[in-house]
Amino acid sequence: MIKLEKRPQPSRALALATPLIAVFITMIAGGLLFWALGKNPFEAIRTIFWDPLFHEQFASYSRPQLLVKAGPLILIAIGLSLGFRAGIWNIGAEGQYIMGAICGAGVGLAFYPSESFLIFPMMVVAGALGGWAWAMIPALLKVKFGTNEILVSLMLVYVAEQLLASMSLGLLRNPEGHGFPGSRNLKDYAAAHNGELIAGTGMHWGIVAAFIAVIFAYVLLNRHILGFNIRLTGEAPRAARFAGVNPTRLILFCLGTAGALAGLAGLFEVSGPAGQISIDFNVGYGFTAIIVAFLGRLHPVGILLAGLLMALTYIGGELAQLMLSLPSAAIQVFQGMLLFFLLALDLLTNYRIRIAVKGAA
Amino acid sequence: MDLSAINPVLLIASLMVAATPLLLAAIGELVVERAGVLNLGVEGMMIVGAISGFAISVETGSPMVGLVAAMIGGALLSLLFAFLTQFALANQVASGLALTLFGLGLSALMGQSYVGIKPPTMAKLDIPVISDIPVIGPILFSHDPVLYIGVALCAVVWAVLKYSRVGLVLRAVGENHDAAHALGYNVVRVRVLAILFGGACAGLGGAYISLIRVPQWTEGMTAGIGWIALALVVFASWKPWRVLLGAYLFGGINVLQLNLQAAGIAIPVEYLAMSPYLITILVLVIMSADKSRAPASLGRIFHASG
Repeated sequence: MIKLEKRPQPSRALALATPLIAVFITMIAGGLLFWALGKNPFEAIRTIFWDPLFHEQFASYSRPQLLVKAGPLILIAIGLSLGFRAGIWNIGAEGQYIMGAICGAGVGLAFYPSESFLIFPMMVVAGALGGWAWAMIPALLKVKFGTNEILVSLMLVYVAEQLLASMSLGLLRNPEGHGFPGSRNLKDYAAAHNGELIAGTGMHWGIVAAFIAVIFAYVLLNRHILGFNIRLTGEAPRAARFAGVNPTRLILFCLGTAGALAGLAGLFEVSGPAGQISIDFNVGYGFTAIIVAFLGRLHPVGILLAGLLMALTYIGGELAQLMLSLPSAAIQVFQGMLLFFLLALDLLTNYRIRIAVKGAA
Repeated sequence: MDLSAINPVLLIASLMVAATPLLLAAIGELVVERAGVLNLGVEGMMIVGAISGFAISVETGSPMVGLVAAMIGGALLSLLFAFLTQFALANQVASGLALTLFGLGLSALMGQSYVGIKPPTMAKLDIPVISDIPVIGPILFSHDPVLYIGVALCAVVWAVLKYSRVGLVLRAVGENHDAAHALGYNVVRVRVLAILFGGACAGLGGAYISLIRVPQWTEGMTAGIGWIALALVVFASWKPWRVLLGAYLFGGINVLQLNLQAAGIAIPVEYLAMSPYLITILVLVIMSADKSRAPASLGRIFHASG
């Protein structure tokens, strides 16, 4: 009979090893899935994880994409991880991402065709504020009325999606677009365009922001009292209350930061790689970032690595779609499986497994 | 705009149809939460149920077989959640989210070859004379059988929770799992069974959307109904009859906004379409004042030590 014995302290070695083991098991399970879909599993796994980086023909295109895709994932996941650590579940990052994009692009488009160098910084501020304000709705409702932030933040994703549709069909529609939905393309609007900083690397301001966020989160969690309070609240809520941690401030800070970062991610995406506000502008980064946050063990450096890996599965998935006609949904299943294995393996970090003789226990 | 085009009898009849998937998913989740487990994977189980039911009924030509398949599909997915939370002792919030993300992907994968197909239709109840009574007939006596199953299920869950021994054990496990364990009840078994029941209900609710309400398969077609079902359980203060009331209220709002869209009211379509979600938030705010009704062990991990 198998018995679980709680470890006095979570194992550090296993905490580092389990994400890697989870990735490995997901590759095996994913291989089986691809095999069941009638593809060669080894070829599929190689196309997803190896070819985007090292294929002689495609790597030059897909390597820069790695940063483009990882940037928003990391930026959002860093914000989410702060809340997750404190037991504050913001799962509406997708909505905050959309609102950041709408607000940021809206400010930029309002000044069209200005050439002022102030346009882009203003858009960045508007994007962050948009995401922040959207996240403040569940935060304030939780603080004032004790409303469940999980459901409110999630409901607001659907509201934001409808707003996005309304904006791209109405207020922000390109007046010279012959009636097609979607805003002006910000790529043709130099003052508002978030272009590549170093040609051929995919590096844009959003990725710079993601790296800065990683560093800030690391310092916050390890060197600042606020970070300590976040960790304390998550690991020992009662102790936190006795230590005088103010839950209201913590909720406002965690949700607000997550919203602002998600909003920034949306702004950098709409002004850079996406180029315009359109109905299907959002591609689910806000939800994938949840997986990134957990895969990175809610640790800033872990999230950085997890973001890159998850970006790789996106790009590899596209490549596999092109070359092996692997359905795009397969990669979504693959990402979901990763989270499952990760959560299941967490058991090993917190518990010891003992095989006991039946009856002896 | 022509509001006179909205027929109140048809409105009420379609309100009941719109409410049924919500009712089924929410009554399942209510049982799960009364057992002390918070399963946020309702949306994922619903959409997997929707495609399982759709695929099987297209293949077999029988909507009934499809509905059973949907229940099995939803229950199988919830088994993953049961394993994660009851045996691997994983965080319930994270596991539920994982279930939804995985379910959305899995359903999209399963449903690729079923886009644009019409499923076999389900016969509606048609009792001679009674179904032809004006007003009452179309509202009460001319629906598909699943709608009645939903209402009956609500009554059964209420009676079982309130009057039976099984219900008492379930509630004990949900209120205080340590005490229930000390009394000799198998907490994990009770919870796994509750989770499976919730999965089957969510799956049935999902299939109701893809087979009867719409009826068609499109990716992500549950569009947040699973999440609204979760909110509905809070709205209902974990009481079955209030779930029924809430489901009909939400169904009514949804049907009304769809009717207003069709009637060409001056409010843009997008703003009408976001109304069910906004109202859900509003209701959550109103109901969250009273936290006392939530099962005391809701969301807590149970580990029998020693």
